[in-house]
Amino acid sequence: MKHFRKIEGVRRTGILSIKELESSPGYPSLKALQKGPIVVIECVQDIPCNPCEMACPKGAITVGNPITQLPVFDADKCDGCGTCIPVCPGQAIFRVDATYTEDKATVSFPFEYLPMPKKGDVVEGVNRGGEIVCKAEVLRVQKPKKYDHTAIITVAVPKHLVMEMRSMKRLKPE
Amino acid sequence: MAAAIEAARAGANVTVIEENERPGGQLFKQIHKFFGSGVHQAGTRGVQIGLNLLNEAEQAGVEIRLDTVVYGIFSDKRLGLVCGDHTEELAASVIILATGANENALAFPGWTLPGVMGAGAAQTLINIHRVLPGHRVLMVGAGNVGLIVSYQLLQAGAEVIAIIEALPYIGGYGVHASKVRRAGVPILVSHTLLRAAGTKRVEKAVISQVDKKWEPVPGTQEALEIDTICLAVGLSPLSELAWMAGCQFSYLPSLGGWVPVHDENMQSTLSGLYVAGDLAGIEEASTAMEEGRLAGLAAAQVLGYLSPEEGKARKAAVRERLDSLRIGSFGEGRAIAKQKIMEARFEK
Repeated sequence: MKHFRKIEGVRRTGILSIKELESSPGYPSLKALQKGPIVVIECVQDIPCNPCEMACPKGAITVGNPITQLPVFDADKCDGCGTCIPVCPGQAIFRVDATYTEDKATVSFPFEYLPMPKKGDVVEGVNRGGEIVCKAEVLRVQKPKKYDHTAIITVAVPKHLVMEMRSMKRLKPE
Repeated sequence: MAAAIEAARAGANVTVIEENERPGGQLFKQIHKFFGSGVHQAGTRGVQIGLNLLNEAEQAGVEIRLDTVVYGIFSDKRLGLVCGDHTEELAASVIILATGANENALAFPGWTLPGVMGAGAAQTLINIHRVLPGHRVLMVGAGNVGLIVSYQLLQAGAEVIAIIEALPYIGGYGVHASKVRRAGVPILVSHTLLRAAGTKRVEKAVISQVDKKWEPVPGTQEALEIDTICLAVGLSPLSELAWMAGCQFSYLPSLGGWVPVHDENMQSTLSGLYVAGDLAGIEEASTAMEEGRLAGLAAAQVLGYLSPEEGKARKAAVRERLDSLRIGSFGEGRAIAKQKIMEARFEK
């Protein structure tokens, strides 16, 4: 789309700007990322919604009253279980582990497209704008019944992409 | 359905007249998880909420007549029905109209070509009939309907070439927009559709950037090869029966246009005729269901199935939940418009 103007922000582009992300109370600090698996809540609009708060078994997410408040994330309480990921109707919650190996991190994202990837597949990782940024090995595909058809896909990505890579290219049907 | 369940649970004898072959309105197309709070079944898919309603209606003893069209409302609350090959009359003490909404159309050269359709029509095709209307889709409108249906078209296996929006911003939730952006779909704000072309069906769409006065910007035209154009340019209350019955209306663009004036019990300007859901102002599904519950409780109360105290308390609980759905930057405008509707009763 050649005429697409250089404008920023989710209301203009559908892509959260770094500024929007960093000023959101659901976005963990760089320091918090060093402790292991942790969720990242990319929610910046005052939508009346709170299933994440109710889902978290550790009480790490607080929306409170009124429910238009943004989820406030307490990184110290989060153990990265990911229970909040499939309940978010906006698919705005991810899990990252920046400590996975020396040079790799993991990113877990909600995925609702068939065919599903399988463990061991190498898929194309995309950023928030849908651009391919890396090859990513699928480490885990979680789709228990309680997730209600939203799978959580966990992939390994180059460490510097841990806060950039957010989904994968859809797979073509066989 | 929500209105019927509340009234029947209170003890009223309730019949639902439904022109479609299945009750539940739009819920069975809503395969996505709903927003809201726990009490509004947030995180639950619309289709499941629809199934829950059917079960509740059955348990409450609601009679549902499918494939039946209400062709008119006469004096003394008599309804004219068309059922199959014959007509019938049905007399009611209270009527609750929950007719929903119509998709708005958009006129442009080529708009009558096969392959140009409402986004809701495409959603019905993919999610109810499981038929893909096309493989390369242009979505017109970046409100929640345009964004959600785009996502569901991707899930159904289509490609969405672009979502265009005449406003300089995306009207729907950012999270819905982000979901389709991650899937590689461009969203072009300040863009309009100039024309569509094709021989047997739509094959091409010409889009253009628009300036602040909504005029196409010269030199920004672009031709897209597509086989489907979906229009998600708003909804209007489906108000024919309310007009015919003689309800007073008020024009409120933020609620979709002409809306039947109603009070805090969802009663229209005609005694015993209630309105609920998108007919009473375009909002969203959770709000529609709560309005239905409110109308159902109010109807049960006027019929004597609920004591004034009980009715008052239960209606207050529903109103509180309704208020909680009309807050924040996506809800405040609707709250103000609904207030205007209530006030419109006292004018003239």
